[in-house]
Amino acid sequence: MTKPEDTLPAVEAADPIFDYEMMIQEDKVHQRLYTEPGIFKEELTRIFGAVWVYLAHESQVPEKDNFVTSRMGLRPLIIVRDSQGDIRALYNRCTHRGSTICRESLGSAKSFQCPYHGWSYFNSGKLSGVPWPEGYACDFSDAKYNLAQVPRVASFRGFIFGTLNLDAPSLEDYLGPVREPINDWLDRHPGGKVKFSSANRLKFMGNWKLAYDNSADGYHVLFSHRSLLAMENRHHEDEQKGMSFYKGSPDGAPMYVKYYPNGHHFKDKRPNIENRPGALWEIEGIFPGMEHYEALFRERYGVKADRALDLASSEPVNINVFPNLHILGNHVQVTQPVSYNETDTTWYGTVVVDDDGELSGAVDDINTIRMRTQEAFPNFGEVDDLANFEQIQAGLAAEEDEWVYMHRGLGIKDRITEEDGVFTAPATDEVFMREYMKVYKLLMTSTPNIAITREV
Amino acid sequence: MQTVDGSIHTSHYIDDEYYQKLVSDFSGWRQADREVTDPVFRDSCRRFLDLEARFLDEVHFQDWLKLFASNCVYWVPSSADGGDPRREVSISFDDRRRLEDRIFRLSTGAAWSQRPTSRTVRLISNIEVYATDQLEIVMVRSNFQITEFRAGETRLWSGWYAHRLRDSGNEYEILVKQVNLINFDQNLRNPSIIF
Ligand code: FES
Ligand SMILES: [Fe+2]
Repeated sequence: MTKPEDTLPAVEAADPIFDYEMMIQEDKVHQRLYTEPGIFKEELTRIFGAVWVYLAHESQVPEKDNFVTSRMGLRPLIIVRDSQGDIRALYNRCTHRGSTICRESLGSAKSFQCPYHGWSYFNSGKLSGVPWPEGYACDFSDAKYNLAQVPRVASFRGFIFGTLNLDAPSLEDYLGPVREPINDWLDRHPGGKVKFSSANRLKFMGNWKLAYDNSADGYHVLFSHRSLLAMENRHHEDEQKGMSFYKGSPDGAPMYVKYYPNGHHFKDKRPNIENRPGALWEIEGIFPGMEHYEALFRERYGVKADRALDLASSEPVNINVFPNLHILGNHVQVTQPVSYNETDTTWYGTVVVDDDGELSGAVDDINTIRMRTQEAFPNFGEVDDLANFEQIQAGLAAEEDEWVYMHRGLGIKDRITEEDGVFTAPATDEVFMREYMKVYKLLMTSTPNIAITREV
Repeated sequence: MQTVDGSIHTSHYIDDEYYQKLVSDFSGWRQADREVTDPVFRDSCRRFLDLEARFLDEVHFQDWLKLFASNCVYWVPSSADGGDPRREVSISFDDRRRLEDRIFRLSTGAAWSQRPTSRTVRLISNIEVYATDQLEIVMVRSNFQITEFRAGETRLWSGWYAHRLRDSGNEYEILVKQVNLINFDQNLRNPSIIF
């Protein structure tokens, strides 16, 4: 196993050359945060090197020797469950001359051989051999030839995170109270867990923070998603479906937005619906086969049908874990920066696992429904969000028009409540952006204690 | 249920049996001994695909929709050769109602990913026609290249189509249109056109 004392100093961050104090103010942030490549470069160290970054889900590496590739900022990683069963985040970077060693996105391997000159590594990261070693005078048992790896890797209920920062708090402390909605989201499923299925994979030409700013934004819904709302209304003029909570006055609705410490936030639409079996199903949007499956479930499962249909329905929450994990509906959305103006956003579908048979055989049909309901938003909602993000990026090219305002709700008496660093506000409030930007400012003006480890 | 305006508001036909049949219809269908080589018949399929492509390029969505059966599927898989849509999220998987919804949404003027509307031109080639167990149903494989121009940029989509067509004697009806993008497993930028 690797030990903390084996860590080697890696990147030493330079003093900030950008004036974050000026660029992040109480009510507004500077356009440069989204358009400046130099700031993006600093984020790779001060954000993506400094905090716990979501890397993968345990269901993607269920067995020993399974791996899935990922990235931490731009660092290419192999998330592996090694031959001992330990989860590691190996750098996908040959210690010889730097080539990636693994070029598959997922699979099973006890070892990896670099395609360039054939150096081989066990899936613990340890060098297993090099071709024609008699041509070297060095001692290859020296740990410096083993693959670099993320020194701190931890899971919270199946979600795997890693950080390079030796001074970062524990993962539990980093997540803090955002664990509550994540617990709720998982606990509605049998066994308190879900498994990943395949993903809807999208990208936009814009800065990654545009997606984070939007992730609990209840202000944009009625406007950005007008076509989706119209489409839903086409079938159900008077019913509450999917996004219809936002019609009329969304701030008057029982839903709310919460900001949690360390940049996390949560939009909770659950209070809009009754807390009873079948209520979730009633607001689920339409999907292929809907009427057939409802009739089948009612006939086959009787009083248990409502619970099964609810499990097939999307949970009306958006849980956002800074900087790159979003749990929304039944999706797990991962934001991956590519450059200062390019971002991948991958929407993993999730399926229910019924190990104890508590769903009386309904699990396969439930998961079939979930595949169809999960395709809806990426197809008919997210594409419009991403088009708008690209248009923000285009608008922000006007460099002397400096400010991006996030002051909705600011200064209005009794609108926002705060307790132990947790802020609660009406659904369209921008308090979550203002607060996460404070965390961002702190991070961008601090120097993380970054290290990598190598197997010994 | 078909309403007065002709649009479909309920969906009953997508059930487990449908999925099972879909998966089996779309696996192992390209067998050499089933290929229909008659040039006249193949040309009739080619003309039908050309017509379909033109309706999309000219944004005549209602005419395009009329080419589809009432129990159709428009399917853009996220895995090679389709996989099983019961276990995988597809890039798109539309039954008749969702297909009508897709077109409705695009016509609202508020589908920002399609404002301005993409201009497209499609090239369809390498057509192969295969017989199935049902006399009136054929499978057609074709390669496509869609050049899309939108908001000052030109880009390219490529892949191959599998059309499951019913031949009613004087016209074809699309039962399933499967769109296999060559980059099906990649993060796609604005995939909001109909492929
Ligand atoms: S770069 Fe990997 S073996 Fe040379
Ligand atoms: Fe949105």
